[in-house]
Amino acid sequence: MSALLEIEDLAVSFGRTGAVRGTSLTVERGETLCVVGESGCGKSVTALAVMNLLARGARRTARSMRFQGEDLLGLSDTGMARLRGNDMAMIFQEPMTSLNPAYTVGSQMTEVLRRHKGTPQRVAVDRAADLLARVGITAPGLRLGQFPHQLSGGLRQRVMIAMALMCEPKLLIADEPTTALDVTVQAQILRLLAQLQRDLGLGMMLITHDLGIVARVAHKVAVMYAGKVVENAATAELFASPRHPYTQGLLRCVPVPGKIKRDEPLGSIPGTVPRVGPDFEGCAFRERCSFADPTCEHEIPRHQAGGAHDFLCRLPA
Amino acid sequence: MLQFLVRRLIVALLVAATVMTLAFILTRLSGDLAVSIAGPNATQEDIELVRKAYGLDRPLTSQFFDWVGRAVTGDLGESYFFKARVSSLIAERMPITITLGLTGLVIALLVSLPLGILAAVRENTTLDRVVQMVALLGQAMPSFWLGLILMITFGLQLGWLPISGTGSWQHYVMPGIVLAFSAIPALTRLTRAGMIQAMGSDYIRTARAKGLSRASILLKHALRNAAIPVVAIAAVQLGFMLGGSIVIEQVFALHGVGFLAWESIGKNDFPVVQAVVLVLAVIYVALTMLADLMNAVLDPRLR
Amino acid sequence: MSVVSVTTGPRRGWKSVSTWIGAVIVGIAMICALFAPLLAPHDPFAQDLGKRLLVPFWMEGTDPAHLLGTDQLGRDYLSRLIYGCRISMLIGVTVTIVSAVIGIAIGVLGGFLGGRVDDAVLFAITTRLSIPVVLVALAVVGLLGSSMHLLVITLGLLLWDRFAVVARSTTMQVRNLDFVAAAWCAGCSRFRILSREVLPNIASHLVVVATLEIALAILLEAALSFLGLGVPPPLPSWGLMIAEAKDYMFFSPWVIVIPGIALFVLVLGINLLGDGLRDAFGTHRTDT
Repeated sequence: MSALLEIEDLAVSFGRTGAVRGTSLTVERGETLCVVGESGCGKSVTALAVMNLLARGARRTARSMRFQGEDLLGLSDTGMARLRGNDMAMIFQEPMTSLNPAYTVGSQMTEVLRRHKGTPQRVAVDRAADLLARVGITAPGLRLGQFPHQLSGGLRQRVMIAMALMCEPKLLIADEPTTALDVTVQAQILRLLAQLQRDLGLGMMLITHDLGIVARVAHKVAVMYAGKVVENAATAELFASPRHPYTQGLLRCVPVPGKIKRDEPLGSIPGTVPRVGPDFEGCAFRERCSFADPTCEHEIPRHQAGGAHDFLCRLPA
Repeated sequence: MLQFLVRRLIVALLVAATVMTLAFILTRLSGDLAVSIAGPNATQEDIELVRKAYGLDRPLTSQFFDWVGRAVTGDLGESYFFKARVSSLIAERMPITITLGLTGLVIALLVSLPLGILAAVRENTTLDRVVQMVALLGQAMPSFWLGLILMITFGLQLGWLPISGTGSWQHYVMPGIVLAFSAIPALTRLTRAGMIQAMGSDYIRTARAKGLSRASILLKHALRNAAIPVVAIAAVQLGFMLGGSIVIEQVFALHGVGFLAWESIGKNDFPVVQAVVLVLAVIYVALTMLADLMNAVLDPRLR
Repeated sequence: MSVVSVTTGPRRGWKSVSTWIGAVIVGIAMICALFAPLLAPHDPFAQDLGKRLLVPFWMEGTDPAHLLGTDQLGRDYLSRLIYGCRISMLIGVTVTIVSAVIGIAIGVLGGFLGGRVDDAVLFAITTRLSIPVVLVALAVVGLLGSSMHLLVITLGLLLWDRFAVVARSTTMQVRNLDFVAAAWCAGCSRFRILSREVLPNIASHLVVVATLEIALAILLEAALSFLGLGVPPPLPSWGLMIAEAKDYMFFSPWVIVIPGIALFVLVLGINLLGDGLRDAFGTHRTDT
């Protein structure tokens, strides 16, 4: 059986900026893939490219993009619209603004079901209420009649999650779903997502820059830098033996209780993610990398490190 | 919301009072009204007679409070020229002006909403530029001249529409189009800007992520939010159109309130002039309050 | 690799072309206004009843001495058109000066002082908007008799609202900027802050408003003159030319087409220039 989502060599450019430059990812059914990296490294653009929700002016190319074996590249706009919200759903980073202020929660939730399954309104309302209860919202009947501005950010994100689940999707793409929320709410939403993923057997692509989240929910991890996946590994493997200097740098920035000594400075990676063109050659991390040498300016081979672990660096070590 | 409405109502009353004062001052600007009413051939005795008959011999303040006191009860005085109650004169002519204004507004909305949406969806294309050009052309069009050109073309040469008067609904088509021209540029620009803003918003991305149809995304999700400022401006534009219809009523010989005011100005019939100014101002203020109410209906955050 | 979606970004150039068109139109109008006596081939007031309603050059039977023909009193249409441009420009500019002084003073005061003053300013703007401009202008001219001075003062007193709205909102923005706070701290007087810090920073917005107001004033003057209560005859105002020619329009449509198109083109040119200035200054539309 084919993988749930299989992307090969995806590239997205905005004018002269290469936001994504040859990214390959695979999500299996019932599996959580975390995509990590600093802001501006192309995580969100990758997600939007999968959903075909890129802003105007974006140019998307790929060798192949398959969802449940179906070719997404050849799909028409209407064909893609039939998949979105139905078999593949997405939740966003901005819960405060992602719901339409002019319509009630109920009307926004039920319209997905009516659109894709033709479900009668009454049945759709029941399902919406069930899902609201499921994502931990009390008094779902009341919430259905409320407008987004009457709900807190955490509640709105729960509504977004429930809305994404209306059509029982196979794949849920979550783009930094907790970044805009309070720390206590962040933990609740994450726990909820992890639980839903297990219970419903969802394939999930979770985009985050928070390695604490990765450690808790991911089955496998893809580390992105400047539009490329620089390291792929199962979660435990990645945390135990990161191979790419960028991954190593990221992990050094996370304080781990017990491992880190008092007064020892936390790691940091100097500089920021560079903006590179679509035809940039060599390793984009070389300017921030302590192992860089002139060979880094040329094509970099992808090394296999056993199992499903690979990384993109000239150093095989 | 209620508090807001009460506040607006108080402002509206204050505006009405100020306009009343200004309208009163306006009609007294010309110096001795008795002289102008009596006419160029009047003798000194005639003028004195007029002065007494119309109460113009009393102090200005007492004339003013007398007028205000009666206007509040709906009594706008008596016309010198028509020898009739001003209130009934206005009531008689108002339906024509209102019909004209509403026709103009409906035509303006029928043109500018689709144009604005189209331009927004095709932002930065040739179509968008054409729509923006149309808005600019409309803004530069002298309405009375457009009226005359339409009369020559559709009235005389093609014979499709009646040239003047108020006999049937066809009589309102050309004046309606001309009046609509004054509102189309603003409404089109506002629709376009609102739609562009809405289409770039996060909730439209959500709607697309939900796989909704293009029609639903555009008309249900984007337009509903883009329409909020448009509705407010449409109400205000209707107010401007009623005030500006004086020119078009004159061109097409529609005997509405504007025409009445124009006749009365020529006849120095100041009770009618000041009453029309007052009535139009009150209608405008009422329309802006209506716009606030409609905004509250359209935008749940304001409730 | 297959290209899936490509959309083009904005194109430039078109905007600058339209701005140039606007600038050229306004330039020609200014030359006509300034040098009308030199440019006009005939005396715009000279009647020649033997040469009434001569047709313009594109029609058959035209008189080469009168390029745009003559009006119902045998006056040269081109000369009247050129002198009419002078009246339009004069009225547009002077009315805008009067309304700018009033509107900017009111708006800046409200935006700068805030509080009660601002409430009063807002009330004044609301009241002004509720007054029907054409009607009141007609009434004033009708009661006091038509003259250019009266027309300018009346329209100036009626058209300050947009200046006030824009001056008020931009002043509020500027007031809260750091360099104004710095000026306060340096002990500058209110007047100095207003004239040195606030006004220069809101000027670009006001220039854009001014172009719109000139266009509006020209259109209003034409409408009032058309109704017979604007510029007094025999002055060749374009609106008055249309009004006087109205009775002949069904048989000789060009008598109203020519001044109408002149009016339309001039107003369009001013608006195009204003749009271009707005883009050049990077200010947003404030008139809706």
